[in-house]
Amino acid sequence: MRIALSGNPNSGKTTLFNELTGSTARVGNWPGVTVDRKEGVYKKLGEPIQIIDLPGIYSLSPYSPEEVVARNYIIDEVPDLIINIVDATNLERNLYLTTQLLETDRPVVVALNMIDVLEKEGIDVDFKALEEKLGVPVVPISAIKGKGVKELMTVVKETAQKPRTAKSVLETSSFGSEFLQIVNVLKENNINNSVFHAVKILENDELEIGHITENIAGKLEQIKKSIVLDEDLGDDFEAAVADARYTFISNNITSLVVRTKDHAEFSHSDKIDRLLTNKFLGIPIFLFFMFIVFHVTFSESFLGIEDLPSPGVWLQGLTEELMTLISDSTAEFLEAQEASEWAQGLVVDGVLAGLGAVLSFLPQILMLFLFLSIMEDTGYMARAAFLMDRILRNFGLSGKAFMPLLMGFGCSVPAMMGTRTLESEKERRLAIMLMPFFSCGAKLPIWAIFAAAIFPGNADLVVFGIYISGIVVAVIAAIVLNSVMMQSEVSPFIMELPAYRFPQLKSLVFHLWEKLKGFVIRATTIIAGSTVIIWFLSNFDFSLAMVDANSEDSILGIIGTAIIPIFKPLGFADGVFAWKAIVAIITGLIAKEMVISTLGVLYNPDVEGDALEDEEAESALSDALADAFDPLAAVSFMLFNLLSVPCMAAVATANAELRNAKWTFITIGFWLFTAWIVSFIVYTVGVVAGFGG
Amino acid sequence: MEKKLDGLKPGERGKVTKITGQGAVKRRLLDMGITPGTEVFMRKTAPLGDPMELNVRGYELSIRKEEAKSVIMEIEEAGV
Repeated sequence: MRIALSGNPNSGKTTLFNELTGSTARVGNWPGVTVDRKEGVYKKLGEPIQIIDLPGIYSLSPYSPEEVVARNYIIDEVPDLIINIVDATNLERNLYLTTQLLETDRPVVVALNMIDVLEKEGIDVDFKALEEKLGVPVVPISAIKGKGVKELMTVVKETAQKPRTAKSVLETSSFGSEFLQIVNVLKENNINNSVFHAVKILENDELEIGHITENIAGKLEQIKKSIVLDEDLGDDFEAAVADARYTFISNNITSLVVRTKDHAEFSHSDKIDRLLTNKFLGIPIFLFFMFIVFHVTFSESFLGIEDLPSPGVWLQGLTEELMTLISDSTAEFLEAQEASEWAQGLVVDGVLAGLGAVLSFLPQILMLFLFLSIMEDTGYMARAAFLMDRILRNFGLSGKAFMPLLMGFGCSVPAMMGTRTLESEKERRLAIMLMPFFSCGAKLPIWAIFAAAIFPGNADLVVFGIYISGIVVAVIAAIVLNSVMMQSEVSPFIMELPAYRFPQLKSLVFHLWEKLKGFVIRATTIIAGSTVIIWFLSNFDFSLAMVDANSEDSILGIIGTAIIPIFKPLGFADGVFAWKAIVAIITGLIAKEMVISTLGVLYNPDVEGDALEDEEAESALSDALADAFDPLAAVSFMLFNLLSVPCMAAVATANAELRNAKWTFITIGFWLFTAWIVSFIVYTVGVVAGFGG
Repeated sequence: MEKKLDGLKPGERGKVTKITGQGAVKRRLLDMGITPGTEVFMRKTAPLGDPMELNVRGYELSIRKEEAKSVIMEIEEAGV
């Protein structure tokens, strides 16, 4: 048996889905669109029932990919039954979708959710009467408390066995008889789901036009022309149909909702919003929350206590130690087995070192993602979008993009994953393309060391300048990209501000687990793969003999030297050691901090220790850099690293989120192009202004 | 008094008389319950002046002023 779960966003659909499917849930993709497809199995009533979670929608109209996906599934895949989850505290708007689902020929059971809230607020809903009016079973549940779920599935199992006749509220509208005529025309022509299609035809639905064959088009036109709508509606069928639905709801359903307690003028959420979307405090409070998120994840002086690592940093340290442990014991093991030098190198210095660099970030990536999920689940995300929309609108984005972009200052990986909440494809792509310009945590060592080495005394100003440059480039790029990426769809920013609620632990854990799985899979494939490739290129020369790591004779060194001409105009590829800068940039693909590690090894091969960790190595590198880079070249080099292709983990995430190989390539090209152009302009202008050369 | 939805001040309420325009914006307005005859209460605007927060059919809805322009309202005169 196959059951589809359909309902409004914020109706508790995800909670119910988790409750029903538990660990059997799988997240995939609807083909052709970037919409999550969730499936699972319910096993508590004998034979397993397949549950498919359709995207949260307000209507079955064809204007968003979510709506189209849900509608096509119901009409084409023909599930045995649809569970329509309805938020009882928001009955009117939720039932709007219900009236549409009832127009299909599928059996339907309405799960009236949030009855626990109803009880608390002293609201009574006459379930039986509702059942009568709708013509389908109505089962009260509280998904979050797990109440009524078994009863629901029992009713579902029963109801799925009985066929159902589609019904539409339009039958009782002012154009009811004309509507029925259309239904008949379709029936006579053997069109399935005639009621559903009749409604869509009346609404002038775009997707329907393909279905109307020539011979009946004429008849249908005639019937439509004969309909006289209310004066203010004119010939606006869309509005007429929507109006008819809501009229049905208010005439028949509203009376079934009775308040036994006095209705508070302001709900809990309204009271909280007095503060959180306050004219003066709203934005500062939001920025404060974001500061807390970054502090807990990245701070090395937690709560102001020097050298006390924040939870995020502490977990990162743990993971690093774990990776070192694995790496060391593997190295020992391989030596004991007398494995060849290259095999040892490949596994320990290549795969494990690379994976280690990336996986050590995992705790912080997960933390950022956890915070994003909490913001989403509590309903605060919508408020953040509400506060920031005005600013982002000018750049072709909406308020929903603010949080992900801000997260980009921490790490692009969870930030890019966070763009899923954005309404339109175009916005998602734009946000992903701009993400690396918001200087992530891994790039900070590059700025810190270069600034201290080459701009002593002004180091913090320089670092700040890099961050600001990133934002400025992002703004300009957004404006340019906007005019280039002509939008075919104008996505409206009409968004519900859902009632605040506690995030559900189960849901959070499920979310995190899904993200973790995705990331680990990507890590072990793309990242490990590219790490191995780069290791190979830096340890072997073209005759496939091993050479000193990253030396000029390695393949990477030779390639670096060969492409010097490309970088010459950018100012940091002059002189005998130009290839070092280029090789460092390339190793930065594994993890951005590797730029520093690599430069350390290249400039001071005899110094033990990683320039990132070891004080001696760091100061040795500092001296070398001050020698090798003049200020202008340093700025150009930093800008290039800021804007160019981010680490492979981010690239892999971008690829996963874009779900379109063509766009991945466009994005990579965009990053390379922007980095080159900006570095070039800055360097050239600098030379002309007399700063370097 | 007739006004467009984007011209409502915080605290004002009124009835929708007509939705102009077409396409995704209009569809979305209708789907979210802003239909002719619906009562709408304007709660507040965002700190930067846009978007606006409305109370419609018992829930809170955020909408940009640009989109609100397509909704024609009949406003209740301020109570005496």
